Amino acid sequence: MSKILLSNVAKRFGDKAVLDGVNLSVDAGESVTIIGQSGSGKSVTIKCIIGLIRPDSGSVRIDGEEVTGMGDRDLNRIRSKVGMLFQGGALFDSLPVWRNVTFALTQGKVIAAKEMRRIAEENLERVGLDRTILDLRPSELSGGMQKRVALARAIAPKPEIIFFDEPTTGLDPIRADVINDLIVSLTEDIGITAITITHDMASARKIAHRVAMLYEGRIIWEGPRERLYDSGNPYVDQFVQGRAEGPIR
Amino acid sequence: MKGVQALLIVVGRFMLQLFAAIGRVTAFAITVIWRGLTPPYYPARLFEQLARIGWFSLPVVGLTAIFTGAALAQQIFTAGTRFNATSTVPAVVVLGMVRELGPVLTGLMVAGRVSSAMAAEIGTMRVTEQLDAMATLRTDYYRYLIAPRLFAALIAMPILVLIANGIGILGGYALAIYKLDFNSVGYLKTTRHYLEADDFRMALVKSAVFGFFIALMGCYHGLKTSGGAAGVGQSTTQAVVSTFILILLSNLLITVIAFG
Ligand SMILES: Nc1ncnc2c1ncn2[C@@H]1O[C@H](COP(=O)(O)OP(=O)(O)O)[C@@H](O)[C@H]1O
Ligand SMILES: [Mg+2]
Repeated sequence: MSKILLSNVAKRFGDKAVLDGVNLSVDAGESVTIIGQSGSGKSVTIKCIIGLIRPDSGSVRIDGEEVTGMGDRDLNRIRSKVGMLFQGGALFDSLPVWRNVTFALTQGKVIAAKEMRRIAEENLERVGLDRTILDLRPSELSGGMQKRVALARAIAPKPEIIFFDEPTTGLDPIRADVINDLIVSLTEDIGITAITITHDMASARKIAHRVAMLYEGRIIWEGPRERLYDSGNPYVDQFVQGRAEGPIR
Repeated sequence: MKGVQALLIVVGRFMLQLFAAIGRVTAFAITVIWRGLTPPYYPARLFEQLARIGWFSLPVVGLTAIFTGAALAQQIFTAGTRFNATSTVPAVVVLGMVRELGPVLTGLMVAGRVSSAMAAEIGTMRVTEQLDAMATLRTDYYRYLIAPRLFAALIAMPILVLIANGIGILGGYALAIYKLDFNSVGYLKTTRHYLEADDFRMALVKSAVFGFFIALMGCYHGLKTSGGAAGVGQSTTQAVVSTFILILLSNLLITVIAFG
């Protein structure tokens, strides 16, 4: 059984059809990367999976359970298995770093502060940060640091499934590779199921078991990462080689 | 004929939009109250908001009240000299402050401070996806963010208004004693004589209603923010303007209907 299964997911905003029948199946322990142009609906796709956006039609299943139209209680049960890194980080700017990182464990309450600070420190280390920033506010951090704190927040509750929305965007190549290694170790060593959105081809080649390309509201190609550079698909070719000319206008 | 028709269409459309908006706000209010009254509760958030709304509004509310009370005393005195009724100064100051100016001015000042801040803060959280993030971290932002603000405003406003009333009366008293040569003992005696429980009841009802609108509009416009920084600015303006209108309108209704 697929860990995550999207069938014919469609979503429009106003008269703009953003998703137009997305089909995607992800097995447990698999790492799938979604590539595609900016504005092609990659973020909308994962927001549909996690129940933040309700698709107009189609079905989203996690562990066989239909997520679309689920009530708050069931949705929270599903979300307890899921971590999410938002594209912009989405850190709570009124809370210090350590409370951000442990928010899923405390639900925003100040409980077991000592233990929580320890957990925060542990998770910050995994993304290449240290305890010196525990008490800083997100606004006092650089963009790249914010992204990594957000990543620490996503992995802190030890989810079974993680969605990474552009985890390496805005990081220098070395820090980006630390994140790539982290994602690989999460999937290889712990067996987490991951969906990663990225424009970073080096990252895609390193972390993905399988790559899917979203174009005009559909998955137009998917295949193992080894095939990414000889997919035989002109759209994928143009995208991965970053050419201005080609079928994508 | 054509002109009348066009006008009716415009008016009709406006009324429909108005009723739709009232419906949405009512549904929102019911959701917030219901979720706020069911667990999990966030008492720490409530106290935080009480401090922000109540405590930190004290300076501006106090200033407004003392100046208004003094100005009111002077106005009544000036008007009173025209028909030999300067002795009404203490009575009019106390009634005017407690029943009308205390609640309304406090409401407007707190609206300017608090509604706008709530709309800006929650609006920013909306456009930066912090609210979505909170939902994925299994925390209901209605309970965590909205309900504490609503309940805190509901509690803080009556207290602020009571304080404003006291300070306003004091302002009028000070001016009357030091500038208008009133007798201190006599002034206080008249003040006490004219003040009834009903006046305080009215002040408390008004201030609770205003507090409710202040937080409701701030949060409502914050939550429905879209479109980046410009959207946040727009929500802030809308929050303040709609709160002002609701305060002035409900003030009239309470004054005329409930206590008229
Ligand atoms: N909440 C929303 N309301 C209206 N339009 C939206 C919303 N979220 C996304 N969109 C639109 O959907 C399209 C896809 O957005 P997104 O999934 O963020 O793209 P990307 O592939 O770059 O992540 C964009 O045109 C965006 O403007
Ligand atoms: Mg995106």
